[in-house]
Amino acid sequence: MSFPWARHYEPKAPLMRYLDEKLPLPRLVYNAVGGGYPVPRNLNYMWNFGVLAGFCLVLQIVTGVILAMHYAANAGVAFDSIEHIMRDVNWGWLIRYAHANGAAFFFAVIYLHIFRGFFYGSYKAPREMVWLLGVVIFLLLMATGFMGYVLPWGQMSFWGAKVITGLFGAIPLVGEPIQIWLLGGFAPDNAALNRFFSLHYLLPFVIAGVVILHIWALHIPGSSNPTGVEVKSESDTVPFHPYYTAKDGFGLGVFLILYFLVVFFLPNSLGHPDNYIPANPLSTPALIVPEWYFWPFYAILRAFTTDFILPAKLWGVLAMFASILVWFFLPWLDKSPVRSGHYRPLFRKFFYILVVDVLVLGYCGGSHAEEPYLMISQLATAYYFLHFLVILPIVSMIERPEPLPFSITEAVLGEDKQAALGESGQPAVSGSAN
Amino acid sequence: MIRLIGIAVGLVFSFVALLAFVFGAYAAATDPAEPTAEHEFHLAPRPLHLASDGPFGKWDLQQLQRGYQVYKEVCSACHSLKHVAFRDLAQLGYTEAEVKAAAAEWTVPGIDPNTGETTTRPGTPTDYFPSPYPNDIAARAANNNASPPDLSLITKARHDGGRYVHALITGYRDPATFEVDGKALKMEFPDFETPTGLYFNPYFPNLNIAMPPPLTTDGQVTYADGTKATIEQMSTDVAAFLTWTAEPTLVKRRQTGWPVLGFLIFATGLAWFAKKNVWAAKPKQTETV
Repeated sequence: MSFPWARHYEPKAPLMRYLDEKLPLPRLVYNAVGGGYPVPRNLNYMWNFGVLAGFCLVLQIVTGVILAMHYAANAGVAFDSIEHIMRDVNWGWLIRYAHANGAAFFFAVIYLHIFRGFFYGSYKAPREMVWLLGVVIFLLLMATGFMGYVLPWGQMSFWGAKVITGLFGAIPLVGEPIQIWLLGGFAPDNAALNRFFSLHYLLPFVIAGVVILHIWALHIPGSSNPTGVEVKSESDTVPFHPYYTAKDGFGLGVFLILYFLVVFFLPNSLGHPDNYIPANPLSTPALIVPEWYFWPFYAILRAFTTDFILPAKLWGVLAMFASILVWFFLPWLDKSPVRSGHYRPLFRKFFYILVVDVLVLGYCGGSHAEEPYLMISQLATAYYFLHFLVILPIVSMIERPEPLPFSITEAVLGEDKQAALGESGQPAVSGSAN
Repeated sequence: MIRLIGIAVGLVFSFVALLAFVFGAYAAATDPAEPTAEHEFHLAPRPLHLASDGPFGKWDLQQLQRGYQVYKEVCSACHSLKHVAFRDLAQLGYTEAEVKAAAAEWTVPGIDPNTGETTTRPGTPTDYFPSPYPNDIAARAANNNASPPDLSLITKARHDGGRYVHALITGYRDPATFEVDGKALKMEFPDFETPTGLYFNPYFPNLNIAMPPPLTTDGQVTYADGTKATIEQMSTDVAAFLTWTAEPTLVKRRQTGWPVLGFLIFATGLAWFAKKNVWAAKPKQTETV
């Protein structure tokens, strides 16, 4: 783990020396996010979102634990207990808005983190395990976010729960029994609400565990960087602290400004008004939509409207799950030896098309299931699968990447003395990034 | 191998999605969706300015008191306000004695301390606003099978909140003469009908609402502060009151937000200089990748 030139933890104060002998926790922190972790010196602000995601997880756990002290997971009183928090609990409105909008910002940060990975090829060897664990975290996050949205037991909570658990009903033969078993009844009710609350409290700690594995796996090869060229020498790196603690600190400040702007001034803008109506199994809302962060996947689910060998509903469910599971195979689908999209002209074009495609899917997923949104989401869904499963493998075979810099140092400073001499003292010829 | 399987799987999903597109496009071309009256003649709420709007908005306590009077004398005949307690009225500028008196004007369900039988008693500040009906079935039975919704959260539970409430209660029209942009409803949809017991209102999503027009004449309420009780005034006041009931902490929330944002902008500025200072020790980047 880590590079040979990594600084070593040398406690000076007697107390810290004592602690280091008995329980080297400060040493662990020093090596993980302190002076002992050498990081590429050229990371841009897109590398800020891992730290921000970690911050969001802590924020959600802290606010969530406080909310759980006042919330009652019972279908009869859940809605009223939320209003109790909003009206009677000291600063309860702040805690609840911080938690509800915290989820939205968590997903925004995670999406930027994931698309950073897409563009810079962060999923490629030797970081496949980091990527796989990341996709696991995302799946857990989706489950947690979905179950959290059910807890206020408003109209959108109830009907969202009904639609999503109904997906299991699409599985042939065993679908319906599975759906009833998952819900603890024929429709979402107290049994479902109770278990969703239990799991909503549990999963964040599972996520925290996988996050530790994610960071652990990251520290084996070390962080990737915008050139995609691996670290070669000490001049390519800077210690995490103080360089990236300072840089991430500024990023965190910008994040908090945007976050509190929404929490204090637009706290309901990301939610749906229907969720302030108590759940009513007898009244279907005009438009059942999940929170915005699920819209692209919801669009894929609804895009399949034609029976073809399998029923349309089953195609939709399969496609929706496949649209995320495909990320697991990314390290093996994209075989280009060049990581960064900066040196891959053809890949870069398709990457930007993918970004637009996902935004279009998101827009359609939040709209009524009617034309033209269905046709648009059908085209966008087709492109989504073509992109990951067909275009990426072919592009990585036929593309001629642009020349890479010899090293990170060269990319940053324009020259690398080591490059001129060659790593073994032999003159080396290298391309220039410029 | 994995890429060959991947390409096959990708082609299958894309093919089925495109197949759905072809069928959908064919259906849309040959059988275009019929325009509906709900779609063509539904109106967005008219603009409404309340003192509590905007990032610096504050409650207009006089207006909230007037709105409370409209709720009490008009809306409360059918609509409950179950998340609001009489004690909350103190936030509208009433004194403790006035809150007590206001609560006592309401009759709430109680229990006879001697016999244990259910009875009614005058409200106290700790009580919540009582429902006009004993249960939902009674509410439906009295209202042509439509249950009047609780109003505590109504401005948060509808798009455009207070504007929607204001537009809806002043928005009743005659369907026979109703026009939008020169297009008459009866010309475009001759079959459109408002069933008996429902009322035509273009601000309601399906145009026919079960609520009869609640404010019918100027002076329906006699305001304690002497304001002229026009329909426009009463509807604006009650929209303001229901904005307050939906979120009594609204103004406090924004007032808390400003110092938080101010501090964060200052702290982020410091963080920026700290970052510059730390990185100054390193040679400058010649390109940002």
